[in-house]
Amino acid sequence: MKPVNAVIKEVIKETPTITTLIFDIKPDAIPGQFVMVWIRGVDEVPMALSHPNSITVQRVGDASETLSNMKPGDSIGLRGPFGNGFELTGQRIMIIAGGVGAAPLLPLAHQLRLRDAKISILLGAKTSKELLFEEQFSRSGELKAATDDGSKGYHGVITGLMDKYDLNSFDMFYVCGPEMMMRAVLDMLHVNGLENRSQFSLHRYFKCGIGVCGSCTIDPWGLRVCKDGPVFYGDILLNSELGKYHRDVTGKKIMF
Amino acid sequence: MTQPELSIELTGLGMKNPVILAAGILGTTGASLKRIAGSGVGAVITKSIGTIPEKGHPNPSLVALECGLLNAMGLPNPSYKEFNDELATAKEGDVPVIVSIFGSHPDEFSEIIEGLEGADAFELNLSCPHSQQYGAAVGTDPVLVEKITKAAKTTASVPIWVKLTPNVTDIVTIGEAASRGGADAVVAINTIRSMAIDIHSGYPILGNLYGGLSGAAIRPVAVKCVYDLYRALDIPVIGVGGVSKWEDAVEMMMAGASAVQIGSAIYDNFTIFSEISEALFTFLKSRDLNLGDIIGIAHKKVKQ
Repeated sequence: MKPVNAVIKEVIKETPTITTLIFDIKPDAIPGQFVMVWIRGVDEVPMALSHPNSITVQRVGDASETLSNMKPGDSIGLRGPFGNGFELTGQRIMIIAGGVGAAPLLPLAHQLRLRDAKISILLGAKTSKELLFEEQFSRSGELKAATDDGSKGYHGVITGLMDKYDLNSFDMFYVCGPEMMMRAVLDMLHVNGLENRSQFSLHRYFKCGIGVCGSCTIDPWGLRVCKDGPVFYGDILLNSELGKYHRDVTGKKIMF
Repeated sequence: MTQPELSIELTGLGMKNPVILAAGILGTTGASLKRIAGSGVGAVITKSIGTIPEKGHPNPSLVALECGLLNAMGLPNPSYKEFNDELATAKEGDVPVIVSIFGSHPDEFSEIIEGLEGADAFELNLSCPHSQQYGAAVGTDPVLVEKITKAAKTTASVPIWVKLTPNVTDIVTIGEAASRGGADAVVAINTIRSMAIDIHSGYPILGNLYGGLSGAAIRPVAVKCVYDLYRALDIPVIGVGGVSKWEDAVEMMMAGASAVQIGSAIYDNFTIFSEISEALFTFLKSRDLNLGDIIGIAHKKVKQ
């Protein structure tokens, strides 16, 4: 498919660094699927859908900077939705979100809530002002925040907050956030033998987005993050490159 | 009735079947190549590797059209020095690993060949249609094609395949140049130069503005190129371009291909290699034929 035209209807400044763009179309997506967002003349980048009709962007490079500065009436091209998305299962759910990684987890929380799941949301950020979708998540379950600087909620990393729960009582853990946070969460779940009850949404450098080029494959199984993922079960990731290294645009290994 | 034999020896390389992963598809990492090696493929070809790290063209770098895939990846690669680790992993996959390489000068091809350890063969990418200084930029000049092939042959102790571009007036002229340079086989065809424009905005879709088309749309073009090369050359021709079904593989072989490569079709189907080789086996068996009976058969059916 060629990119579909999407016109920005509304721009919401979520945090000092994170912006939501609401557009005029609703790609028919499963929570956790992504779209390739084409900023014409600049770049094309993968973005999770944060609502059926929105993406949520953190300013990190040229593409996200341009997206963050968009105004209602501007337009972008969308290819997708692509990838597998989350598998919705279980009644007692823990959602673990770090930074802008909360984006694909928000529509998941809404859908799980519609299935009458009981949801605990652990929302982490560097500081209170960067906590994303705090109020919207609260509508789907019980939310606890963790901040690196202690400006709100638990003072410290999100695994410290996880420690306060009886992890064995949960049917499924859904996780998205910075890579080292996800690795720490996976290791903690592994200690409790719960890695097969967890789903992680990964990010890698994408070129094609549809499983052809191989830029985003992860070691050691050669799984394609764009097509076999971006969501993988924890047991698949346990002995993977997650938290160890990734590959840059040339394909060179870069250690975390 | 005897069982048909699918295993082949191609330019001295033993393969369990004649269905090969084409260059540039899922060939960035050793683990990815190893995964495909386990899916019933006869051999795998890596992403094209050069002398220095390349980032490739800006995204969008690939878009799926109704008729095929349009891409301008831009030869992203970490350089041969960084690729040795990936190659070692790919070799664990137990099928021949052919390394696709590119450069703009014969010396660069020699440098890469010397610097890579363990390749079972090299495929010279003289055909990428969307690079300013590599690929088809050198592969359209028969003099340069012969020189590069000769340099590669002189340096390498393993077979040299030369992948040709269809973006020329006469592909046979280029195929003959490769053959004069000592190529062990030619591979035809790489993608066809092409473009797509976003009608909402007027922007060309690819970051590089134009790229190369692969997939079903180019298969009849590939069949004709293979047919012409088979007639003109004494070395094997390997067919590639839009093969997505066993019937396509048979057709390509009837035009003269000793083996076929598959690339774009993996987009829809990860088990395509085993499916095609199994169906090829069934086809040959049902007609009591061997691979050798169908390769180039189209030439025997027409008056030359």
